[in-house]
Amino acid sequence: MADSLIQNDMNAPAWKGGDVPYKASYGKMMMWFFLITDTLTFSAFLTGYGFSRFKFKDVWPVPEDVFTHFPFLHGDHPLLFVALMTFILIMSSVTMVLAVNYGHKMQKNKVIMWLSFTILGGVLFLSSQAWEWGHFIHGDSGAIELNNADVIHVVKDKEIYSIYDLMGADSHDGSHHAFGMADVKENFASDTELGLRLYDKTFLDHSTSIEYLDQNASKVLLGANLTSNEYGHVLFADYFFFITGFHGFHVFSGVVLLIILLINTIMGTYEKRGHYEMVEKIGLYWHFVDLVWVFVFTFFYLV
Amino acid sequence: MSDEQHSGNWWIWKVFWILLAITAFEVMLGILKVDGYLPEFLVFDTFLGLAWLTHIFIVLTLIKAGYIVLVFMHLGFEEKSFRWTILVPAFILVPYLLFIILSEATHAYLMM
Repeated sequence: MADSLIQNDMNAPAWKGGDVPYKASYGKMMMWFFLITDTLTFSAFLTGYGFSRFKFKDVWPVPEDVFTHFPFLHGDHPLLFVALMTFILIMSSVTMVLAVNYGHKMQKNKVIMWLSFTILGGVLFLSSQAWEWGHFIHGDSGAIELNNADVIHVVKDKEIYSIYDLMGADSHDGSHHAFGMADVKENFASDTELGLRLYDKTFLDHSTSIEYLDQNASKVLLGANLTSNEYGHVLFADYFFFITGFHGFHVFSGVVLLIILLINTIMGTYEKRGHYEMVEKIGLYWHFVDLVWVFVFTFFYLV
Repeated sequence: MSDEQHSGNWWIWKVFWILLAITAFEVMLGILKVDGYLPEFLVFDTFLGLAWLTHIFIVLTLIKAGYIVLVFMHLGFEEKSFRWTILVPAFILVPYLLFIILSEATHAYLMM
């Protein structure tokens, strides 16, 4: 197979382009060089995340408290959904290796089958991410932002108490747009079991809380976006959108490449070319996407 | 390994099970941490500014990354010189970046 890949005359002198560096074909080597640069890009993003997290470590949200939901299940299930997403991506990496492996053996139908499974995995992952983003943007229990931009939560028995429940609003029918800080203060005052959890995770009792809200509260936060974040420090939301978004864009590009690859395979392009090296090159990119997710999973969700 | 490559797919599935087992173990540790079942020294004692649990997660992550790069991406079976050309930039630049940025972050924290 190597002979068909490397079309250069190995015996020609170097100035005539005869040498084949590292015994790797041009395309594969360039894919690796691209992946080095991409590695450094993602390293920079995650290190940037590390900077902000170290700098604001006292007020940084705990990821296990943020990503606790699973579609169609009630209650808290921290980590389960991202674990599923990780599983999907690892699985699609496996189907990709299988496609590469059958490519080496020139078995067109098996390549088509495993490529299709890989595309399915990629689409499933993107859908999961869309759900996760949707949930993160919509928010969970709501929070209160102070004049100094700190984020605090309403609590009952030291557990976070939903502002939607406090206002008797349904978080999904749009009625939550109908209340503001003054309404929240009013309802808060009428329930003496309520207290506040401050940004540094200390608690205030009911009467101190009312005074504290009067002096410091600026607005109600529902959900997260680039400028406010009910889960805690706004940078957490910014990094979340930026890093998982950039990774998701990689996955999306990967799926597009895989679809082109699948069409070419079905058309017999690689059969005619005599080798399936393109499957291997796109495969490298796809594994890289999985590799990045392994790190995002650890540094965004686990620690 | 290139010989094994021609004798079936078992090596692919072996790596799959290793990756799956490590991920499951990580998730289990994460859930035990949330529920407060982990020994306190893992969660609260730190080394180089990170909890011991975090170090465990980082080591497990690097093992997973190693399997993906060396086996799935086939780098372990390329020419040795090629392998090091790919790995050395990351091995030098990433720890260096982490060192300067994270020590700066600690300084920024102390100055707040």
